[in-house]
Amino acid sequence: MAKRIDVSGLSAFYGTHKAIDDISMTVEPRSVTAFIGPSGCGKSTFLRTLNRMHEVTPGGRVEGKVLLDDENLYGAGVDPVAVRRTVGMVFQRPNPFPTMSIFDNVAAGLRLNGSFKKSELTDIVEKSLQGANLWNEVKDRLNKPGSGLSGGQQQRLCIARAIAVEPQVLLMDEPCSALDPISTLAIEDLIGELKERFTIVIVTHNMQQAARVSDRTAFFNLSAVGQPGKLIELDDTDRIFSNPSVQATEDYISGRFG
Amino acid sequence: MSHAIQDQRPTRARKSAAPASLTRGGLPRWAPAGIAVLAIALGCGLGLALDLSSKVQWGLIAGLLFIGITYTASAVVENRRQAKDRVATSLVWVCFVLAVIPLLSLMWTTISRGLELLSGNFLSHSMNGVTSFDEGGGVYHALLGTIEQVALATLIAAPIGLLTAVYLVEYGKGRLARSVTFFVDVMTGIPSIVAGLFILTTWNLMLGFGPSGFAGAMALSILMMPVVVRSTEEMLKLVPNELREAALALGVPKWRVILKVVLPTAIGGISTGVMLAVARIAGETAPIMLLVFGTQLINGNPFEGAQSSLPLYIWEQYKVGSEPSYDRAWAAALVLIAFVMILNLVARGIARWKAPKTGR
Amino acid sequence: MASTTPTQIDTAPPVAKSGRSTGRAGDKIFAGLSKGSGILLLVIMASIAAFLTYRATIALSKNEGNFLTTFDWNASANPPVFGIAVLLFGTVVSSIIAMAIAVPIAVGIALFISHYAPRKLAAPLAYVVDLLAAVPSIIYGIWGALFLVPQLNGLNLWLDEYLGWTYVFEKTQVGVARSLFTVGILLAIMILPIVTSVSREVFLQVPRMNEEAALALGATRWEVIRMSVLPFGRSGVISASMLGLGRALGETMAVATVLSPSFLISGHILNPGGGTFAQNIAAKFDEANEFGRDALIASGLVLFLLTLLVNGAARLIIARRKDFSGANA
Repeated sequence: MAKRIDVSGLSAFYGTHKAIDDISMTVEPRSVTAFIGPSGCGKSTFLRTLNRMHEVTPGGRVEGKVLLDDENLYGAGVDPVAVRRTVGMVFQRPNPFPTMSIFDNVAAGLRLNGSFKKSELTDIVEKSLQGANLWNEVKDRLNKPGSGLSGGQQQRLCIARAIAVEPQVLLMDEPCSALDPISTLAIEDLIGELKERFTIVIVTHNMQQAARVSDRTAFFNLSAVGQPGKLIELDDTDRIFSNPSVQATEDYISGRFG
Repeated sequence: MSHAIQDQRPTRARKSAAPASLTRGGLPRWAPAGIAVLAIALGCGLGLALDLSSKVQWGLIAGLLFIGITYTASAVVENRRQAKDRVATSLVWVCFVLAVIPLLSLMWTTISRGLELLSGNFLSHSMNGVTSFDEGGGVYHALLGTIEQVALATLIAAPIGLLTAVYLVEYGKGRLARSVTFFVDVMTGIPSIVAGLFILTTWNLMLGFGPSGFAGAMALSILMMPVVVRSTEEMLKLVPNELREAALALGVPKWRVILKVVLPTAIGGISTGVMLAVARIAGETAPIMLLVFGTQLINGNPFEGAQSSLPLYIWEQYKVGSEPSYDRAWAAALVLIAFVMILNLVARGIARWKAPKTGR
Repeated sequence: MASTTPTQIDTAPPVAKSGRSTGRAGDKIFAGLSKGSGILLLVIMASIAAFLTYRATIALSKNEGNFLTTFDWNASANPPVFGIAVLLFGTVVSSIIAMAIAVPIAVGIALFISHYAPRKLAAPLAYVVDLLAAVPSIIYGIWGALFLVPQLNGLNLWLDEYLGWTYVFEKTQVGVARSLFTVGILLAIMILPIVTSVSREVFLQVPRMNEEAALALGATRWEVIRMSVLPFGRSGVISASMLGLGRALGETMAVATVLSPSFLISGHILNPGGGTFAQNIAAKFDEANEFGRDALIASGLVLFLLTLLVNGAARLIIARRKDFSGANA
């Protein structure tokens, strides 16, 4: 299932403003990679270039290459719709479709891609909800609107929706920042389980969270406000948090700025 | 390069939703434009070949062909989902074109036909002594009537509307405010002819007054009030509460806070709303027809005797049905449109210039 | 706060001189004035209903025909015979045609402006649509009569030839296209701008994150619109349509210029003839005696109630939407 991501020489722009500059990195399959860094350093922008969501933003533009195994996401003839099907995403704020039931929310992505029998659909929805550790809480009210769930449940619903289409990669943009500590813990546990099946990239503001959930950590920084963000270093999480090779990383992690 | 990806796919019985490859056969970028040109050419060709007199049909044929060809081409080269997406896109474009054509035609007809007769002479003369089939004459009396009636209506409606909005935003609570809000909404939908009939029953039939510009102005003011209330309300709501509280905390009485702080902050938006309402009523014909009656002469006194107005003048000239009168109708239509559009543009100019800085 | 305020309103002249208590008096007067204006609006609405009803009852008491079913309008004759059957039919049919044409197209244009048009084009387009909403109806009327009617003759014949078997599109009477069908098309063109601009506002309010949720699942643009934009905007579009319907029902001049009126009810919408409430009032007013006017007022009352109904329904839908808005808690 999971695929490797190879990024080389990637820059992203908003109109004429360069948001991130010349980033190259490799994300290993079946692992969790965390992006950390101060606000405005472009880590979320970078995440959104990995499934071509950046170009949805008005004025958004990308230069460089992102290889998913061997295929360049920005190559000629690549269909962004297919890219987003292959690289799933979970957003900062839970965003279930407000007019759909819990069941329909999970089935939404599947229904886009051709016809499934009712029984198949029920099967996949159940598996996905179980995969998101939500099944036991909602199995009796699958036809109720998804917006009636608590924030943490909504976010797990969104994760279920994302994994239902079996993507190769799962991108998470600060998935816990709008949640309480208990829900956060539930999501973190879930991430640990999901990495058996997916390549996971997570943006987080919370360094403890990065230390808890990720195998590898990338630190982003910007030299000044208005300057593009850059990748400072990417290493095993243990090393980043114990013995980083760049001074700025250590300063950030020890709370000297950011 | 896609075979590598194929190899990695799990060989499961289930239909995987995952696409085999990220790339797909696609129509070239110029395809929509190309298909559009083709459809228009075919539409015109068919129209000529079948000798269809109406250009409306040519256009409809071209539109249908455009959608059909797009779907077929996309379904063959791409896939069903892409085809649906493309059909939706082309439908939206066709809607746009469908709507733009009549509206453009309306503007073009009015301007080109109107310019034939429009001159200083036309603006400065009345229809006094000009019979329906004569050439000549002008709109001076109608323009004068419109301006007077609209000004009177504004004098009545603007203060009432403004104060009502102040009441709703600054004072209003409870059932009275709720019912005012509801009935303002309902009032927005009153047909202009009903407003005319109302003034007719009260002012003319009950109180026995004859037709006059003022009677028309009263009907217009009924149409204008809800519009003023709504737009003023929106603007007052935009004034940040901190501003009110800051002034109140200084010990300023509430009514002065409203007069000196709230209203001045919102004045740009309020005047825009009033001007848009003015533009709206300036084109009303029906109540004028019932209440102001129309005349060929210059009557500068809106309180006594029949007057004319631009929309009424257009209606009268249209009804006569002679070539010179059609020409006059178009020229008057152009004057009216110019009048309304200038009001609109000025209003929107004010809105942009004095927009409250809400930081959005 | 100075005592030299130039905008001192005349209702509170003694205020500025004596300190604190003055504010109270000013407050009372100002609050009273604004409350009075609100009440005045209610009084106007109430008296519209009351006076129209009063005159209408006079007319109805002497009517020799059946007000609801009579196919004729001879209110100035002696004895007066008039009924609204034809007018009600014409008003409803022309409005239905207008809605059937205008709503889908308006939704299309609104989507075009909010989601399809190049950004540089979208803002000026929205602006132009708003301006078009201000074009006076009499101008739509003469354009419709002098330009649109000749253009539609061909379409009418064509519809008759190929769709005549549907009965509705059968043209049994010769004559130019001064029919309810043409009126419907013209009304559609007229209400297009207003329906478009309200719908566009609603579509632009769709939370970005709802659209991104669909995009991230690999939805095409159309699928994004179907999954997140249209469900969110549905009630807004409905209320926009109701606003448009209200206008179409009460439109006078555009109908009066285009339609060649007759007092027949015919399901063949391409046939010239028919009538609407507002058009009938405009057409019959000049020749009506005092009693004839009362009869017209009675028909105006029905139109008033009809628009009240439509507008009330629109408000209810909007109010419900506030409770069930798609926003996350």
